[in-house]
Amino acid sequence: MFSYCTDPSSIEGLAWLSCYLTSGTHMLFYASFGTVLLLLAITAPVALVFGYGGAMASRSRVAPLRWFGKIYTSMVRGIPDIIFFLFVPIALDQGFEWVRHQALCDSSQPVRQGNDFVVCDAAKLPLSDASPWVHDAYGIFLAVIAFSIVFGAFAANVLYGAMQAVPRAQLETAEAYGMTRRQVTRRVLVPQMWIYALPGLSNLWMILIKATPLLFLLGVEDVVYWARELGGAKTSAFTYPHPDWRLYYFLALLVFYLLMTWISGRVLDRVARRLSRGQATMGGEAQRKGAVA
Amino acid sequence: MSCTQTIIDYGLRSLGYGERLLPRADYTICQQFTLIGSGLIWNIYFAVLALSMGFVLANALAVARTSRHAWLRGPADAFIFVFRGSPLFIQFFIAYEALVLLPRAGIDVFGLTIQTSWLTRAWAGALIVLTLNTTAYSAQIFHGALMAVPKGDIEAADAYGMTGWTRFRRVIWPTMLRLAWPSYTNEAIFLFHATTLVYFSSFPAFQQKGDALYYASYFADKTFNPFVAYPIAAAYFIVATLLLIWLFGRVNRRLNRHLPGADGRVRYRPQLAR
Repeated sequence: MFSYCTDPSSIEGLAWLSCYLTSGTHMLFYASFGTVLLLLAITAPVALVFGYGGAMASRSRVAPLRWFGKIYTSMVRGIPDIIFFLFVPIALDQGFEWVRHQALCDSSQPVRQGNDFVVCDAAKLPLSDASPWVHDAYGIFLAVIAFSIVFGAFAANVLYGAMQAVPRAQLETAEAYGMTRRQVTRRVLVPQMWIYALPGLSNLWMILIKATPLLFLLGVEDVVYWARELGGAKTSAFTYPHPDWRLYYFLALLVFYLLMTWISGRVLDRVARRLSRGQATMGGEAQRKGAVA
Repeated sequence: MSCTQTIIDYGLRSLGYGERLLPRADYTICQQFTLIGSGLIWNIYFAVLALSMGFVLANALAVARTSRHAWLRGPADAFIFVFRGSPLFIQFFIAYEALVLLPRAGIDVFGLTIQTSWLTRAWAGALIVLTLNTTAYSAQIFHGALMAVPKGDIEAADAYGMTGWTRFRRVIWPTMLRLAWPSYTNEAIFLFHATTLVYFSSFPAFQQKGDALYYASYFADKTFNPFVAYPIAAAYFIVATLLLIWLFGRVNRRLNRHLPGADGRVRYRPQLAR
């Protein structure tokens, strides 16, 4: 990075530290924070869509769809999310490969042979001659799906509760105006439910932030991976030898996450105030009175 | 090998009794059920101990947060902020790295040598982290409930001439607990599920003595088949969670027994508190 970094063994103190912290592997470490933010940015909207679908399904008048919705929303109540994080990526990967195996290969061969899962080369995902970034991207893709399924179920819980919380009279009034069920949902139910959903969704966002280190369990090279990798004791064979500094790396991660949750908390408070405006709730009423006075 | 024999061999494997080697070939459904069930002992151990110690600490912390003295309130707020604001996974890593740094030979205190190596074991180290974690979350819940205790209750206690400790023990605390209980149930479920994280953070499973998910992932890795071991673990957790909800429901009924309509079924409202 800096010109004086060419021979790290000859420098000391701050200069050494500045070289150390800007080495190539550290740049990858900093980039992995981007991975975390990317995961958050993709997962949150996708999970919200899954959650909306789940909540709508639980309210459906079609029984099988309703059962599906109920099972989806309640499964995360009984099963630790970590089981899903371990299960979903492998299950999806094998599912995709099985489908490709049926389509692209001699499908008379069974995929499960003893304790092995065998598909032909053409069905492998990603293909064995794919470049490394494809492997990384595929890993992150599977992680995003796993996170979205789990947090979609949590969101479905919240949104279902919020839909139930919209005052019954509001919906009845809309029906009295001759609106169809679909119109009631779109024009009255959905615009009003957000304020009831917001506390739960804020909470969910916090849980999502705090679940991101679990990416490490899915084999993604995330912040935890790099903290362990870089912090471990380095012998003099390395360019920057140092003792075991993992504790400091993890403390840095701790500060990162504390900052993330602290900032999120402040932003969400503002959003709550904004959404309360004009609502028939205590928060909205307080704002109305404040504006009049 | 019959299933009974498997249960005898592996039923207490997670505690180190029975067969030393884990199955290496021909993994049967019975073996998977037995070993994963045996691992569940650890999940229950962590959950029960962390929740009971955390409950006491959380009460103290919630009261400290309401204190007029800044030197009590400040540390309590900071503790809750740090443990609620950071991921449990990172807390496990930090605790492990910090505990490893303790001197191997033990610490000398007035000539007595205090051993420290046991702290890096999961049964102690992870238990400490889980306890502190649930303390922070529960203290937040209890503090909220303490703020929600009706003013009239306290005024009534004052009118009876109750003060200080008596008033707290007989009026404020029972009401607080009653108000906090639904959220606390939720916290208990979350903590129970969080115990599966222990053996996936730094804490090593000595001699392959691990929890339910440790064995489930062992089987899934060996057989390349996630569709058997993980659903078994999930089934165990569903049953255990239902038991926990039932148990906390019983307590909730007892806490609310003086209220009209308390005999009826407790409407359990799942909500997210973490």
